[in-house]
Amino acid sequence: MVNGKNLYVSASPHARASVTTRGIMLDVIIALVPALIASGVIFGLRALTVTAVSVAACVISEWAFRKFILRRSNTIGDLSAVITGILLAFNLPSGIPYWMVILGDLFAIIIVKQLFGGIGQNFVNPAIGGRIFMLLSFSGSMSAWTQPGAGFMNLGKVDALSGATPLVSDKLPSLGEMFLGMRGGCLGETCILALLLGGVYLLIKKVISPAIPLSFIGTVAVVSVIAMLVKHEGPEYIAYQLMSGGLILGAVFMATDYATSPISVKGKIIFGVGCGLITCLIRLFGSLPEGVSYSIIIMNILSPLIERVATPKPFGTPKKEKKAKKEAQA
Amino acid sequence: MAEKRSLGKEFSKGIIKENPVLRLVLGTCPTLAVSVSVTNSIGMGVAATLVLVCSNVVISLLRKVIPSKIRIPAYIVVIASFVTIVQMLVKAFVPALNDALGVYLPLIVVNCIILGRAEAFAGKNSVPASFLDGLGMGIGFTFALIVMATVREILGAGTFLEGIDSLTKLFGVTGFTGFKIFSQPVAMLTMAPGGFLVFGLVMAAANKLAERQGKPKAELNGCSACPMAASCALVNKDEACENKGSGSVEKEGSAV
Repeated sequence: MVNGKNLYVSASPHARASVTTRGIMLDVIIALVPALIASGVIFGLRALTVTAVSVAACVISEWAFRKFILRRSNTIGDLSAVITGILLAFNLPSGIPYWMVILGDLFAIIIVKQLFGGIGQNFVNPAIGGRIFMLLSFSGSMSAWTQPGAGFMNLGKVDALSGATPLVSDKLPSLGEMFLGMRGGCLGETCILALLLGGVYLLIKKVISPAIPLSFIGTVAVVSVIAMLVKHEGPEYIAYQLMSGGLILGAVFMATDYATSPISVKGKIIFGVGCGLITCLIRLFGSLPEGVSYSIIIMNILSPLIERVATPKPFGTPKKEKKAKKEAQA
Repeated sequence: MAEKRSLGKEFSKGIIKENPVLRLVLGTCPTLAVSVSVTNSIGMGVAATLVLVCSNVVISLLRKVIPSKIRIPAYIVVIASFVTIVQMLVKAFVPALNDALGVYLPLIVVNCIILGRAEAFAGKNSVPASFLDGLGMGIGFTFALIVMATVREILGAGTFLEGIDSLTKLFGVTGFTGFKIFSQPVAMLTMAPGGFLVFGLVMAAANKLAERQGKPKAELNGCSACPMAASCALVNKDEACENKGSGSVEKEGSAV
């Protein structure tokens, strides 16, 4: 070679993507912004302060726990704690006391995430872990749904209205209201429009693959069709099943967590179908009105096993080893 | 051969260094089930300690009479007799505790700690040593139960020493029925997942304490953690060619 100065010898990989953890997390935060704005509009200022408290508690607890107890390098710069904070807040009713929010954050960050080794090592999604901890501990406050009414839209009329979530209530809001999120529920789960906007952004940026959300929501849709036929309901039943509860929030933002979902497409589809089936089983036959968070946490725990089944075969290896073995035995 | 320990050490080892629950991970089932309330924990701890001390003494007395092939059934019979006595006493004097402990009181028969001490210690050691070993292990068990129950009851139920008058009545003190601390407790801690959570955290704290004192970490996996290590064929085979008695637990009873 003529120009020897430009030749470097190094180990592979030689081509690196510019994707960083921080960049991915920033994209997720951007995708959550529409739903955050919607929660402020629907449930009022308190939805925003609950989110702010939750984010602050997550970031501070991660920083303090790593600095003072684990004495390891700090990881708050990767922004994953911020997402845990936002997602956990999105799973809470807006009237929840702040100290409960902080306890849930501590559980999510310290017990679920840091004690198992920090980012990438958590065995379940920290936000869902925190939510289930709060659901088991403070079931009363966790199901005191605030009706939209305290929002900016009708400011000054009433402080808050409480009522049942559409999954247990007899009087259903219209489909349009459901789509825009004008219903009772957790503060981030109601506005389907905003969540879908965020989901589309994540898909375009290739932060998430469509496999899990589509198979999750698709399974719920298929089971809802069957339930509709059995229960002799109208076709709007399917739309209500898809838009109520935390299905869209869970399918787009929580089930797609990298650390707790399978890597291969086949595994992702198994994961999504499993989430959908468990959600429907809990909704239709369980004693709880909603099953999205339990379904995701169960599939999170199962994902190492799914991974084992769904490992793709390297190119060039024999396709049917079992058959070959049988033939050899015969 | 086993190194001789002083009698005082036989007593004190069970409290923290070889705490049956936190370091040897024995008796987990009653620990998780009973440690919801401090009162129940005290009752369970005292009942188990009573059985442990009595059975250790009797088994130690009979250690030369019991044929080694049927030693486990023989130990169970001895332990079961004492459990029956203790259960009758509890039913007669503290019926509230009998109701609260439910099936876990008769289940002391198959408590790993008691059978483990009989097998690993009392079957091979003198009566005074076995008595002190049983007493120390029993106090260690009670101590671990009370620590866990304090956390779970205060945070999980918002009370402390609830229903303690069922025990204090025995000594003629009545009227005090515990403190009320929180009106909105973290209810999960009184459920099964909370039990495992607190168990893990307390165990981690005990390991940290022991590490700070320069004592070996509890080996949770590996044969040396097992109280049966001394009489286990697998371990002894390894020991023949490798180093002798690396774990603290193995040392005590290799006088086979």
